[in-house]
Amino acid sequence: MPSYHLDHLQHLETEAIHILREVAGEFERPALLFSGGKDSICLLRLAEKAFRPSEFPLPLLNVDTGHHFPELNDFRDRRAAELGARLIVRTVEDAIARGIAQPAPGEISRNRLQIPTLLAAIEEFRFDCCIGGARRDEEKARAKERFFSFRDAFGQWDPKNQRPEIWNLYNARLNPGENMRVFPLSNWTELDVWEYIRRERLEVPSIYFSHERRCVRRGGQWLPVNNLVPPRPAEEVRDLVVRVRTIGDIISTGCVESRASTVDDIIAEIAAARVTERGSRADDRASEAAMEDRKKAGYF
Amino acid sequence: MYTEEHLAPVATPPPPVDILRFNTCGSVDDGKSTLIGRLLYDSKSLMEDQIEALERSADLTGGGGINLANLTDGLRAEREQGITIDVAYRYFATPRRKFIIADTPGHVQYTRNMVTGASTANLSIVLVDARAGVIEQSRRHTAIAALLRIPHLVVAVNKMDLVGWSEERFREIRAQFEEFLPRLGIQDVTFIPMSALNGDNVVEASAHTPWYRGPTLLGHLETVHVASDWNLAGLRLPVQWVNRPNRPRDTALHDFRGYSGQIAGGVLRRGQEVVALPSGLISRVKEIWTYDGAVEEAFCPQSVTVVLEHDVDLGRGGMVIGREQPPGVGCDLTARVCWMHPRALQPGRKFLLKHTTQTVPVVVPELLNRLDLETLEPAAAPASLAMNDIGEIRLRTAQPLFFDAYARNRLTGSFILIEPGTHATVAAGLLDEPREFVRPEGAEYVI
Ligand SMILES: Nc1nc2c(ncn2[C@@H]2O[C@H](COP(=O)(O)OP(=O)(O)OP(=O)(O)O)[C@@H](O)[C@H]2O)c(=O)[nH]1
Ligand SMILES: [Mg+2]
Repeated sequence: MPSYHLDHLQHLETEAIHILREVAGEFERPALLFSGGKDSICLLRLAEKAFRPSEFPLPLLNVDTGHHFPELNDFRDRRAAELGARLIVRTVEDAIARGIAQPAPGEISRNRLQIPTLLAAIEEFRFDCCIGGARRDEEKARAKERFFSFRDAFGQWDPKNQRPEIWNLYNARLNPGENMRVFPLSNWTELDVWEYIRRERLEVPSIYFSHERRCVRRGGQWLPVNNLVPPRPAEEVRDLVVRVRTIGDIISTGCVESRASTVDDIIAEIAAARVTERGSRADDRASEAAMEDRKKAGYF
Repeated sequence: MYTEEHLAPVATPPPPVDILRFNTCGSVDDGKSTLIGRLLYDSKSLMEDQIEALERSADLTGGGGINLANLTDGLRAEREQGITIDVAYRYFATPRRKFIIADTPGHVQYTRNMVTGASTANLSIVLVDARAGVIEQSRRHTAIAALLRIPHLVVAVNKMDLVGWSEERFREIRAQFEEFLPRLGIQDVTFIPMSALNGDNVVEASAHTPWYRGPTLLGHLETVHVASDWNLAGLRLPVQWVNRPNRPRDTALHDFRGYSGQIAGGVLRRGQEVVALPSGLISRVKEIWTYDGAVEEAFCPQSVTVVLEHDVDLGRGGMVIGREQPPGVGCDLTARVCWMHPRALQPGRKFLLKHTTQTVPVVVPELLNRLDLETLEPAAAPASLAMNDIGEIRLRTAQPLFFDAYARNRLTGSFILIEPGTHATVAAGLLDEPREFVRPEGAEYVI
């Protein structure tokens, strides 16, 4: 008698594939947000599983802040080419030049400026749905998110008034101008993502593995030294063996000291970790409700 | 045709699950979020930065002490008001199991969010405040858990510290539950006296309850035998998406036409005779295509792409079934619903009904009954169903549905109602036993 049993990764996988196909079946102009980070790498493999042998029925979209790790953009472009997928990149730089996004006086971070850039791209291509790789275990506002997360005509999330989401029946109905964000990895944890990367033998950008890097101590974390993050006088600078756990902008992503040089090492490291991955992102530490506020404004 | 064979039990006993999904429920302020915080804290599932954040927020909302509820009450409005508004999902694991927690709101206004969190649970924890005992919202949430057929229930009699750890009070509340549970058809219930605030009987056994011999909450969650609720009898493959590569020059893929979907019941085998619905045309499984290579068989809830021997008319909203244990078919349906919208349901209203992968217009010609939450008995022929009411209704769909009773198959027995115009999700529905079944024996081979 065969045993019809799925392990927990297989469950998460079939749940995510079902969601991706619902998107293909329900929306006219969906896009998949692809950054080159570990979550969206998993999303791409799931898209292959959902749609092959056909071409992807949706383009990849990336909002380039201009502050990305160069390794990440190289990886992003190469992966899209290998998959034969259409990649659309819209830059914050360009959004600023066109008056779509306005930096506040002295504002260096591109975090807030990604939002109008993304919303402009949605308008430009009339996307009715954007698939993202966000997970509920990342952050407490994300923990409240639906798989199908409704956004009004201004791109806003209204956490007090989300659509009920019962069983696996997703209400994908929209009126013109409204938009859906869909998160197939909602139920995945950081550990699940790495176990999936191991099982599927997925390639990830080199910065996830330990490497030598010059870092500066700032705000309780080690930031990578580069032309956007020059050390200030009296700041502590060190050459460290580090890796990144979550990739944000190069000016706000903390590096963690690590000797993990293989996926197995990373899994062992995460299993024993005593801080969450978002503990190393300055953008989330800005305030108690930083993520909620950004999401209400249209962030992914 | 309706024969005994349609009711045949599932052949293989379902294996135990690796992930236990559970939710909290019960009335506002009974301590649900505090309990989840305590469970995470005492099981050492919190990370240092999460504990730091908890300590930082203490001064704002906890009056100096840490507020365990802040671990799941992540929205600004929730912290301001000290209530849960929407479901928070948390993930943790012990060496024995992985857990997905849905901490749901107790406030009656947000019952729809409780239904959201409960709909995918294998186990529900109903909290009651030991001082107040069973109140209407405790009965409502228990009734919803029963409606959704969540197989296991834990009644957490909380705030025992405020009733002097009285065994007598615990027994009284237990008796209050046992009086109405049989009417709801709930079988597996475990009662645990606890203090979520102080951690008694949550992860550690309490010194205050020498009279209680049962497990702690975590002990129970780790060991309760939960079978997977997937149905392995009767093949159901609702088509989500037709997979047709656009490769005119690739001979291998030129004629490829696959039907992609998640198996919602039963087992699919290569070579098996299948029926394509709604056409009723019979064909055979030529290939079960997956990204990882073709497979001989696949089962619920796997996601696959099936290639058939013949060209049949089949698209999104259609369904592939086997020749055994056919599903029900019909436009005239009865179902129980949980109404989730401030605009009440009155007979004659029209909606969109989403069932598996198809969405069809539907009218509600008649309301059959409404569950009275005092007596937990159905009251016949209500004039309307208001928000948070549970009732049984008749439905008439514009196209026939192929479905099973919810009691037999959660995936093919459930639907949602969507209000046209606003597109609000207004009801969760559970289909009753079909009156008529698909008769594939009448169909013809397609050549
Ligand atoms: N004394 C005592 N107080 C408790 C206990 N559990 C919770 N509380 C308090 O009860 C209040 C409400 O707790 P919450 O956990 O927010 O209640 P809830 O059930 O999540 O409420 P909603 O989600 O809004 O429905 C808080 O002030 C808690 O500190 C307990 O076991 N004993
Ligand atoms: Mg709560």
